Amino acid sequence: MVAHNFRHAFFCAVITLIIAWPILGFKLVAEGTQITVNGASAFTWIAVAVAAFIVFLFQLFRDRIMGGLGGLAELNPMADREPMPQEKRVRLENIGLGVLIAIALFWPFFVSRGSVDLATLVLIYIMLALGLNVVVGLAGLLDLGYVAFYAVGAYTFALLSNYWGISFWMALPIGGLMAALFGLVLGFPVLRLRGDYLAIVTLGFGEIIRILLNNWTSVTGGPNGIGGIPDPTLFGMEFGRRVKEEGNTSFHETFGIAYAGEHKVIFLYLIALVLAIITAFAIRRLMRMPVGRSWEALREDEIAARSLGLSRTGVKLSAFTIGAFFAGFAGTVFASKQGFISPESFVFLESAIILAIVVLGGMGSQMGVILAAIAVTILPELAREFAEYRMLIFGAAMVLMMVWRPQGLLPMRRRQIKLKAET
Amino acid sequence: MLEVQNLSMRFGGLLAVDQVSLDVQEHEIVSIIGPNGAGKTTVFNCMSGFYRPTGGKILFEGREIQNKPDYKISRLGLVRTFQHVRLFGRMTVVENLMVAQHRHLNTNLLSGLVATPDYRAREQKALDRAAYWLERVGLMQQSNLEAGNLAYGQQRRLEIARCMVTEPRLLMLDEPAAGLNPAETRELDQLIISLKEDYNVSVLLIEHDMSLVMGISDRINVISQGRPLAQGTPDEIRNNDDVIKAYLGEA
Ligand SMILES: Nc1ncnc2c1ncn2[C@@H]1O[C@H](COP(=O)(O)OP(=O)(O)OP(=O)(O)O)[C@@H](O)[C@H]1O
Ligand SMILES: [Mg+2]
Repeated sequence: MVAHNFRHAFFCAVITLIIAWPILGFKLVAEGTQITVNGASAFTWIAVAVAAFIVFLFQLFRDRIMGGLGGLAELNPMADREPMPQEKRVRLENIGLGVLIAIALFWPFFVSRGSVDLATLVLIYIMLALGLNVVVGLAGLLDLGYVAFYAVGAYTFALLSNYWGISFWMALPIGGLMAALFGLVLGFPVLRLRGDYLAIVTLGFGEIIRILLNNWTSVTGGPNGIGGIPDPTLFGMEFGRRVKEEGNTSFHETFGIAYAGEHKVIFLYLIALVLAIITAFAIRRLMRMPVGRSWEALREDEIAARSLGLSRTGVKLSAFTIGAFFAGFAGTVFASKQGFISPESFVFLESAIILAIVVLGGMGSQMGVILAAIAVTILPELAREFAEYRMLIFGAAMVLMMVWRPQGLLPMRRRQIKLKAET
Repeated sequence: MLEVQNLSMRFGGLLAVDQVSLDVQEHEIVSIIGPNGAGKTTVFNCMSGFYRPTGGKILFEGREIQNKPDYKISRLGLVRTFQHVRLFGRMTVVENLMVAQHRHLNTNLLSGLVATPDYRAREQKALDRAAYWLERVGLMQQSNLEAGNLAYGQQRRLEIARCMVTEPRLLMLDEPAAGLNPAETRELDQLIISLKEDYNVSVLLIEHDMSLVMGISDRINVISQGRPLAQGTPDEIRNNDDVIKAYLGEA
């Protein structure tokens, strides 16, 4: 046992050295047109050696350390408390939700423009994650190309406004439906694949859409993207300093207040908030409807579900399509917020981040997903100095989650149904 | 109502089912018995559409079903349980029963989102039917537990209830008594008879428990190594030399 641990620890330390040595030990320095390789300072070398030693020690005493940490959970006073009765929990949740929505409605009027902007982005990610949660968390289909539907929504709005001058409110449902249509068409041939195969094919689709957008220069502008995407209007009132569209009025003139850039930002935030709330409620209902139950059933046991008359393709397609619809929604809002989009915004990393939010939040749980979306979007902004380590922190967080809470921050709770005969 | 004609199923070099014929009439309990590996479950899998038979015909209420996909067959009213219980383990007991009833529900997305009267009425009816069957199989107390947390015998009963809420015409049970204690087996015995008598469902039963089979079957089919060995009433089967030989040879 000890010998085995020792060998394992030694092996891990060597791996650490092999990985850290070339990555941290050499620096490429540009001198004019030449690039030369410089060795790093002695300090770096010592740091690498110390790191390897720490890895060695940790692995050597791993069982004991992990055992000690496992005991920590018992320090949590809430750990073995009885679960609340459902009625009480639902009441508490509703009050909490109401307060949360009230705060969300009013706080943008008291904070800086930058924060509101960031909050809008958070809301967009919440919509995306809630939509992906349907596909991954509920239906159990690992979709690595979800960002493609986000892109479809964004580009639908951008192109419609560019070529036909269609407004945000018109484009919103069209963007969602367009993305849903893509989900349907792309989903049809691939949904008979399972697990890993499905993941790889969807990953491919995500890339195909992005590459298509990048190369179809005559229509999409290629890597240059599309600019001049209009902001949403409020009953025909624009939020810009000057009115751009014939027949529209301007918000600040109508109300006789001074022009302020914040109005537009706050308005966008409020739209995103309302849409996110609609998304959350719609999906919550869907989960309790026959279609939501069949997603879960198919995930739990496909053979049993089919033996009860559920069509595999039909059920999976509905999850895929509905998930895509909400991504299209989010994409439209995103295009309007940015005013400019390019394929850069729809790289695989985005899919990975949305998926990470779903996994961190607890597959299938809405509250968990919302919390995770907030954390994943805001933390990197708060810790800008660590921007380089963002991916590292991300990875570490995922690993820790898998060790301690594989079910996510807030795992899904089943709704209790009261049957009449019971009373 | 059900007629299987010369059914064959080949897996590569193995002929798992070879020219098996059987039939089930309305209001009848028919059993399939045979030693382990005889091909009984394979017959079920062909009938429920999981396998496409390599030969023969299956007629259900006059319609050929051997090439239909599984979910369409079950919608015709031919529903089965599994040798190894297959529940939706992380869903509650009631939810398991609700999933099974999707055909009776309003599955239109918009009517569900706005909860139209029709949607709510059907949902309530499905809940009532679920409650009825939970009462019937004695799982009312467990209605909100996750199905995966039930005791084994309870899981078996839930699986039968889940078939029954679909309102089938013919129920296929694959070793429903496996793993049950004697008391539970007796209850099962009563339940199966009542399915036939009170709910007018025909039953096709695979079972190793001979006292159960002999007690409740109207007719019995014996298969051995994929081939039909004998058919007849329990008394005929009990005294059939081939059957005795096959079972003694195995033991
Ligand atoms: N999908 C398959 N692929 C290959 N061979 C199979 C397959 N399914 C079943 N078989 C083979 O067919 C034969 C019959 O199996 P089957 O499960 O139908 O037996 P059974 O009568 O149900 O036995 P038991 O009483 O043990 O349940 C066995 O030899 C089995 O290995
Ligand atoms: Mg079997």
